[in-house]
Amino acid sequence: MPSEPLIRWPWVTAHLDEIGAALGQHLFLTVIAVAAGLAISAALALLAHRYRRAEAPITWLAGVVYTIPSLALFVLLIPVTGLSTLTSEIGLVGYTLLILIRNILAGLDGVPRDVLEAADAMGLTRRQRLFQVELPLALPIVMAGIRIATVTTIGLVTVTALIGQGGLGQLMLAGFINLFPTEIYVGALLSIALAVVVDAGLLLLQRALTPWARGGGGRR
Amino acid sequence: MARHVSEDPFRGLALPTSANRPAGAPHRAATVAFDHVTKRYGRRDDGPTAVDDLSFFVPAGATCVLVGPSGCGKTTSLKMVNRLIEPTQGRILIDGQDISTQDPTRLRRGIGYVIQQVGLFPHQTIAENVAVVPRLLGWSARRRRDRVEELLRLVGLEPGQHMNRYPADLSGGERQRVGVARALAADPPLLLMDEPFGAVDPIVRARLQDELLRLQRELGKTILFVTHDIDEAIKMGDLVAVMRQGGTLAQFATPAELLTQPASDFVARFVGADRALKRLTLRRVAELPLEPAPIVGLGESMGAVRARSGGRTPRWLLLVDRQRLPVGWVDGSTLPDAAAVDAAAAIRPSPLLGRETTLRDALSLLLDAAVRAGIVVDEAGRPVGLATIDAITALLHEQNDLTDGRDDPDAAPGPPDVTAGPTASGSRDDGDAPRGGRSPRAPRG
Ligand SMILES: Nc1ncnc2c1ncn2[C@@H]1O[C@H](COP(=O)(O)OP(=O)(O)OP(=O)(O)O)[C@@H](O)[C@H]1O
Ligand SMILES: [Mg+2]
Repeated sequence: MPSEPLIRWPWVTAHLDEIGAALGQHLFLTVIAVAAGLAISAALALLAHRYRRAEAPITWLAGVVYTIPSLALFVLLIPVTGLSTLTSEIGLVGYTLLILIRNILAGLDGVPRDVLEAADAMGLTRRQRLFQVELPLALPIVMAGIRIATVTTIGLVTVTALIGQGGLGQLMLAGFINLFPTEIYVGALLSIALAVVVDAGLLLLQRALTPWARGGGGRR
Repeated sequence: MARHVSEDPFRGLALPTSANRPAGAPHRAATVAFDHVTKRYGRRDDGPTAVDDLSFFVPAGATCVLVGPSGCGKTTSLKMVNRLIEPTQGRILIDGQDISTQDPTRLRRGIGYVIQQVGLFPHQTIAENVAVVPRLLGWSARRRRDRVEELLRLVGLEPGQHMNRYPADLSGGERQRVGVARALAADPPLLLMDEPFGAVDPIVRARLQDELLRLQRELGKTILFVTHDIDEAIKMGDLVAVMRQGGTLAQFATPAELLTQPASDFVARFVGADRALKRLTLRRVAELPLEPAPIVGLGESMGAVRARSGGRTPRWLLLVDRQRLPVGWVDGSTLPDAAAVDAAAAIRPSPLLGRETTLRDALSLLLDAAVRAGIVVDEAGRPVGLATIDAITALLHEQNDLTDGRDDPDAAPGPPDVTAGPTASGSRDDGDAPRGGRSPRAPRG
């Protein structure tokens, strides 16, 4: 189809609702996955931080999940949870764990010894030290992890189109099936744009949350 | 309190702090007693002995310096006082109370702690950092704020300028001041300081030391201060505990006693062969007979100066600005009567000395700058007189003669003649006074 343009704008304007819904679902799936992943990772990382012996098995497990090819993981889950949002979320969450756990642990490990010693010496309890000193200081690296996890998830959500979810992935899949480039390109370009915008937003959030980490200090 | 430490075994020692503290000055200070304290590291306390059967008593309001070579257990000893480390054997008593029976968190909130790396919280502003313990103690925001401002001023930082900055924005010296302010925040009766000035350059260190001494005169806290620098120990301590490898106590004495009667060869070697010179650390510029400073104001005419001094105008005149702060030296002999003295004629001023500067520091500042006289200034920075090398060395002779048991009235410092002015004199290598005292020469007398 040499005459077929990459994007047929009339189609786009006629299908804005559909495109918007796909974008919304994409964002929704991503936010849920990263939020749930962060909650689980935080719990596991704090466990590993408190009990050093738990660190190896926890990171090992997260590593194993991470190495399973995404499509394979979704397919494996279908018999258990069906072609559902739950299936895709389980997979998406699973992939965030390794990155988030690693970064939370790295952030906590990166808190300078003298700061910890000062915190203890001033009479902070363990809990106060964790919430008032260690976690705030880990924040730049944790946020860096969240950014990587989010961008990765935005990419992975497209794959879940194959199990009936997928947000913008649906558009692309439909485009392939109908041999209609406009849908493919709209889906692809919007998912890229989404990743870029969300990443930039998170970066701004990180800067706002860590005004003390000047210049490159907060980035890693 | 334990029988064997309840009585102050060092009762006989003259403690300068208690003598110097202004009568009626408010203070809250604790006594500290080490009672046969031993620390062995290792899982089953089977490791090397870091601190070995340490016993000593620090009276309320005294500064006790723990000094000794690296690895002799100073930090370990200090950290046992706020229970960052638990002793293997023995007890530590604060105000007669065994600390092992106290809740560590509460204990620590009542003890100031200052370390070399400072350990400020990088994510909190200076104000928040200083107010950590008051916040833990539940002080109101208003009271915390007032306290922060008071403390920052106390340690020589302008609150308005520093309160809302982050630690990363401060210099090393400023950070260390904030560290001291933070330790003082809840007005603890005891301060622990582990090489607090170890990471700043020598000039800033000397200034911080002087400021701590001044603070301590106001506050009258009990301070346990760790250093491996014997000069710092002599300067800062009312009492000095010299420790040696293996964590044993080699001598516990006042600095003067340490310098005159080292208890062993180890102590004598550690104190160094330049003990006489070191004794200058125990004396202050305030004790020197000061020369009057020949002052000339900015814009004053030479004729007026000559008339004022009745024809005996010294060649070198100290030029001061309108605030009467020193600008530099002017060679008056080159200026005709009609000339008004201006700043362009001035050469750089000699080092400025406070009245509290130790003679040791004063001497090395003068030798470093290769000048004969330093300008002694008051708290406002205005000159009050000149301290000369001659006056310092006269004092050195005097004390050496006393040590030697001789009485030599001729060595008494007379008013030295400074008409020759402050220009470079003497060879630079004089400035290289032995430091650290590890010279192989045998200690004398
Ligand atoms: N956590 C630890 N585990 C095992 N040994 C330790 C530990 N901390 C200190 N030590 C050992 O105990 C001894 C005393 O250490 P400490 O830190 O108290 O010395 P220090 O006098 O403060 O030395 P420095 O002047 O170098 O700071 C040293 O031999 C040190 O190696
Ligand atoms: Mg140490």
